[in-house]
Amino acid sequence: MPKRTDIKKVLLIGSGPITIGQAAEFDFSGSQACRSLKEEGYKVVLVNSNPATIMTDPEMADAVYIEPLDAKIVAKIIEKERPDGIIAGIGGQTGLNITSELAEMGVLEKFGVETLGTPVEAITNTEDRELFKETMLRIGEKVPLSRAVSSLKETEEVVEELGLPLIIRPAYTLGGAGGGIARTKEELLEITERGLRRSRINQVLIEESVLGWAEVEYEVMRDANDTCIVICNMENLDPMGVHTGESAVVAPSQTLTDEEHQMLRSASIKIIRALKIEGGCNIQYALKEGDYRIVEVNPRVSRSSALASKATGYPIARVTAKIAVGMTLDEIVNSVTKNTPASFEPALDYVITKIPRWPFDKFTTADKTLTTAMKSTGEVMAIGRTIEESLLKAFKSLDIDSQLGQKDWDAHEITTLLKTPTSERLFVIFNALEKGYSIKEICELSGINPFFVSKMKKIVDMEKRIRVEELTPELLREAKKMGFPDSRLSELTGKSMAEISDLRHAAGIVATFKMVDTCAAEFQAATPYYYSTYEDSCETNPTDRKKILILGAGPIRIGQGIEFDYCTVHAVTALREEGIETHIINNNPETVSTDFDTSDKLFFEPLTLEYVMNVIERERPYGVLVQFGGQTSVNLAIPLKKELQRRTDLDTVIMGTDPDDMDFAEDREKFHLMMEELGIEQPEGGYATSEAEAIEVAKTIGFPVLVRPSYVLGGRAMEIVYDETELQRYMKEAVRVSPEHPILIDDFLEEACEIDVDAVCDQQDVLIGAIMEHIEEAGVHSGDSACVIPPQSLSEETLEKVREYTRKIALALKVKGLINIQMAEKDGKVFVLEANPRSSRTIPFVSKAVGIPLAKIAAKVIAGHSLKDMGYTDEPKVKHVSVKEVLLPFDKLPGADPVLGPEMKSTGEVMGIDYDFGRAYFKAEIAAENLLPLTGKVFLSIRRADKPKLVEIARKLEAAGLELMGTSGTANYLADHGIFLDTVKKVHDGSPNVIDMMRRDEVSLIINTPTSRLSRRDGSRIRRAAVDFKVPYITTIQAAKAAADAIECMKKGNLTIKSINEYHAEIE
Amino acid sequence: MMKAVLGLEDGTVIKGTGFGAEGTACGELVFTTQFTGYEEALTDPSYKGQILMFTYPLIGNYGVSGERFQSDNIHAEGLVVREACKNPYHYKSTRSIHRFLEDEGKAGIEGVDTRALTIKTRERGTLRAALITGSDDGEEAVEMARNFPQISDQELISLVTCKEAYSIPAAKGAWKGSGNPRKAVVIDLGIKRNILKNLSKRGIDLTVVPATATPKEIESYEPDLLFVSNGPGDPELATDAINAVKHFAGTVPVCGICFGHQIISLAMGARTYKLKFGHRGGNQPVKDLVENKVFITSQNHGFAVDADSLEGTGLYVKYLNTNDRTVEGVSHKDLDIFSVQFHPEAHAGPTDTEEVFFGKVVKVLGGEV
Repeated sequence: MPKRTDIKKVLLIGSGPITIGQAAEFDFSGSQACRSLKEEGYKVVLVNSNPATIMTDPEMADAVYIEPLDAKIVAKIIEKERPDGIIAGIGGQTGLNITSELAEMGVLEKFGVETLGTPVEAITNTEDRELFKETMLRIGEKVPLSRAVSSLKETEEVVEELGLPLIIRPAYTLGGAGGGIARTKEELLEITERGLRRSRINQVLIEESVLGWAEVEYEVMRDANDTCIVICNMENLDPMGVHTGESAVVAPSQTLTDEEHQMLRSASIKIIRALKIEGGCNIQYALKEGDYRIVEVNPRVSRSSALASKATGYPIARVTAKIAVGMTLDEIVNSVTKNTPASFEPALDYVITKIPRWPFDKFTTADKTLTTAMKSTGEVMAIGRTIEESLLKAFKSLDIDSQLGQKDWDAHEITTLLKTPTSERLFVIFNALEKGYSIKEICELSGINPFFVSKMKKIVDMEKRIRVEELTPELLREAKKMGFPDSRLSELTGKSMAEISDLRHAAGIVATFKMVDTCAAEFQAATPYYYSTYEDSCETNPTDRKKILILGAGPIRIGQGIEFDYCTVHAVTALREEGIETHIINNNPETVSTDFDTSDKLFFEPLTLEYVMNVIERERPYGVLVQFGGQTSVNLAIPLKKELQRRTDLDTVIMGTDPDDMDFAEDREKFHLMMEELGIEQPEGGYATSEAEAIEVAKTIGFPVLVRPSYVLGGRAMEIVYDETELQRYMKEAVRVSPEHPILIDDFLEEACEIDVDAVCDQQDVLIGAIMEHIEEAGVHSGDSACVIPPQSLSEETLEKVREYTRKIALALKVKGLINIQMAEKDGKVFVLEANPRSSRTIPFVSKAVGIPLAKIAAKVIAGHSLKDMGYTDEPKVKHVSVKEVLLPFDKLPGADPVLGPEMKSTGEVMGIDYDFGRAYFKAEIAAENLLPLTGKVFLSIRRADKPKLVEIARKLEAAGLELMGTSGTANYLADHGIFLDTVKKVHDGSPNVIDMMRRDEVSLIINTPTSRLSRRDGSRIRRAAVDFKVPYITTIQAAKAAADAIECMKKGNLTIKSINEYHAEIE
Repeated sequence: MMKAVLGLEDGTVIKGTGFGAEGTACGELVFTTQFTGYEEALTDPSYKGQILMFTYPLIGNYGVSGERFQSDNIHAEGLVVREACKNPYHYKSTRSIHRFLEDEGKAGIEGVDTRALTIKTRERGTLRAALITGSDDGEEAVEMARNFPQISDQELISLVTCKEAYSIPAAKGAWKGSGNPRKAVVIDLGIKRNILKNLSKRGIDLTVVPATATPKEIESYEPDLLFVSNGPGDPELATDAINAVKHFAGTVPVCGICFGHQIISLAMGARTYKLKFGHRGGNQPVKDLVENKVFITSQNHGFAVDADSLEGTGLYVKYLNTNDRTVEGVSHKDLDIFSVQFHPEAHAGPTDTEEVFFGKVVKVLGGEV
């Protein structure tokens, strides 16, 4: 059936902010879907609250709404835009939930919006656990025995019926949030209570345990003509019990016989047909000795479908969008081969390994155990011709401190850690193999298939050989074929990386590149998608064109989010517009940058010196760009520059700001001297490499001080230290984490206002994108602070000073490209905190707030244009207010204290736009799932220092009609100022306290600012409860003030519904 | 480590590590893109005269269990892989692929850049090859490859057909429809077990006859249906089977799979030709032009029926490969004659068309589906 002509305008719903369980994959699928629909001639309206996405670029759709993903707001957009259809399955679980809500609200019917692709009933049939079970039983498919439960009382009966352990899965949640495995009745009650809270329909499913069975996934597609194809299957290394997003995964399956594979493949087709899904769908199975259970069906594109797309080259989201508008698979062209239809099944001739990336380096108190709920923030994918190569490349891509073979556990720990899966599971297995554990023992303890463990054993055996044998060309070749990176060979042999590299080249052992072509070379393909391996023939045919290689950002972590992928994609687009052949090297399967048609050539490789050099050697690009991919690529700048200088046979240069100048900005002393010369003030500071030094420096400056190691992402291990004892403790820990880098110690500017600036410099002029005022005070990591454009409380004088400093610094650092500068204002004085001559996480937010694409402009500057030529000289003047708010992952990490500090903890961001600060902030809070109440009770518990500021806030909240209550201290203070509120018991004084009230849904907002480090248990429990019971909460007095302003504003006016295209048209 | 070398007729020499038996193997080098099903493929008699190469790099991961064999022995002449798994694991596995080849006296080579060889095959067309294990004499291998006859000059059927007729009773109570189970005569040109299983499990009594069976002999079994099996080599060489089909066409329903499909087409007056490098894999899309449906099929063929030659034969193209638009199945406009180029019985491969094809067989015989 050809595409439908009765629909003209299609609404796409994005997935909102990056959070645990929902990463960049939906930007990848959403932007593919937008392009796919536009190329068929449809008008596209897009809604997403996440500014750091390619899909919310104004040119991606005909109208882009950066608005909260809230059904009521989307309903207003529908009323305004009148789309003919809506596609539900592109924006992940969020998109599905909103579509279901819109249908329930009657909005779709009222405005005649048709659900395109997978129908709402299909969504309901998979999401509602009972309905799903019924459907499966009806078509004769096997599901685990289970019961849906809506109250705690029912759990008793379930235990009697199904025994223990049991799996708890809440209905309608992301990444299995709120679910878990209960081994005891107590655990069952606890997890069920949490799960019921999280579920949109107050329902959890308690099911029979298939723990220990193998977990296998299928990605299936179906069109309206009932053609079904299986894109790919994937096998989890971990057996059932670990969420698939938390397990290392290989594709295709490795240990399934054809019979088993076909059994599950046929079941998949049966299921997708029974559910009438039109588009992509993910099905998860538990498999044991020829028997299986269906574990889960996701009737939409997903993290797994993004992985499958990258693993096979088959663009699932693109095809899903076309199916939604009525096209059939045999009518859609396979965009990889360009001459075969999309109605085929990809064949792989390589092994894919995916390994998740966890945030436990940030949340040291959080529970590292892997369960059925997700805790990872991102993932890496690697491609190799063998399991060993694929696995070793994946490890290398993780970009973590510890590499294989570097960690050591004792026998007791190994046994425990083999039994209980944690984020360190694979490392533990390697260590166990090194210690002589047998494959059998390891498999029995871990439940992992011996096939995989014996492959790991091969790696460990090879390591042993390399340690003792002479590194002959033969052994070197064998090791490289197995996938050993030069860095590991260097560690094992004691030779330098350069020596290993030279040895390899002398023996003619160089990387060959193979193509990912969807068809295992059966047909000629047009995809420029490559991976390296060590074999006979190489398939990249370098052209004679001018080429530039851009280093990507790697896996999504806290501190290095989707923003850097956004910058990478923009840089690529800009260079391609210039007619330059642009290549990308990256390893994150979720992203737009690794979509094979984003660049002229995609190299899916670890982001390390060796792999980057492999590409350079083969392609001989004119230049390399390192400033767009965040810390991962910036960290490669100096080593890459040195290696390029060493390799006289290569002419490639690093383009943009010189790595030495980037390094200059990181060097405290040099940078401080430069600031002095420029007459710019900095907080007093120094650095130390020992405890004694640190104490001396801190005493000179005076406590409190801000301490942090140099060269880290997102303020890792950054703290505000109030006295000598704390400093001693900190130094012990910090020196262990990063012994080679000094610790920076700065005066902590209490109650200062923090300012961020993003700018582009061409070494002549400086274009200031925007000045951002932070809502939270200095001391909260800039990545965690909400901020606003234009600044709301800064004087024109201060702003002028900020502009002057920005220009001076950018020019002094000889910046060519992007620069981000952080400053602080206190008592009218402006201090420069740091300058980062590279892309920053606020680039997408600024670009969308002020309507100019900073990363693109920077890339063009690097390519040789001047800002003047391009007409970008003046800071844009905006009429609207844009607020960025962050999304914190506390609800996904049981045990973590939900409090902000100098170390970054947020996973993603949202943007609220309106014509005043209050409404923009209100929108941002809705989008960040922290809905500010307009009625109900507000609980106040404020530390002493913040109390003076509380008075005005309390008055505003009261005037807005909210009921106030608080702990005795707070209540007494306010009473002295004529505001009277109910007193609630402190938590440690027993019940009934605020936690009991939250449990009973009697609190609409918690405002709790933490006291000093030592006595904060009470506050911590309150905040944790707020997270667990989904009560909106605020932990800084500045945010409380912003919230009060927002609530006041909301009482007066309505939210504006406008696309960013409309806002941008108003910018001068 | 055993030495091994693969020589191609174009002079290409590839050295690797040998596994399985020490010896030599000659044949056409063909590739399959299936990542599972190596036991089924190796024991598929259609691979007689061919050295089989897997494009998927890791073969042998789940070991070998006799349950999945498609005949008693390995028929592929040799095996070419990137890596053969030494330590397989599966609850049904009884030996490794190394051991399997050794037991069967077949040679294998691993450590080969199979992707490069696949691209060569795609670009140059199928090449003759010789695999020697226990030696790395490339020149000898190339020489052997060049001296080995082309597949169209080899009589392979006699090597894989049954020696004498035998019967397989219908599965008890499986026949759905009026009367007794129907009887089919199967011409065995190297039939895969799963075809027989699919026919008998639907309640059809089978008499399997050798490739040389005469119409008279076949008639003696009073068949309700004549089935022509899969098999190796050039279909034009299957003269006895072609004659048998000619004899029965129009009197009893005739159907066939793969080689059988080519033979039926030839018997009805169509032509066959050799494809550049064939279709081998479990991901081949075919479109039912009548029902307008697309299926994913398992395929293994080096020859195909020429669509243009169907004119005047009464046959029309029922299934088309949507990748290269070659004929994947024909049906007769008036008579009960139909055949498919793909493998509805799968093993290895997807079973999406099993019911479509075998259901039709049952229907033609008057049964209920």
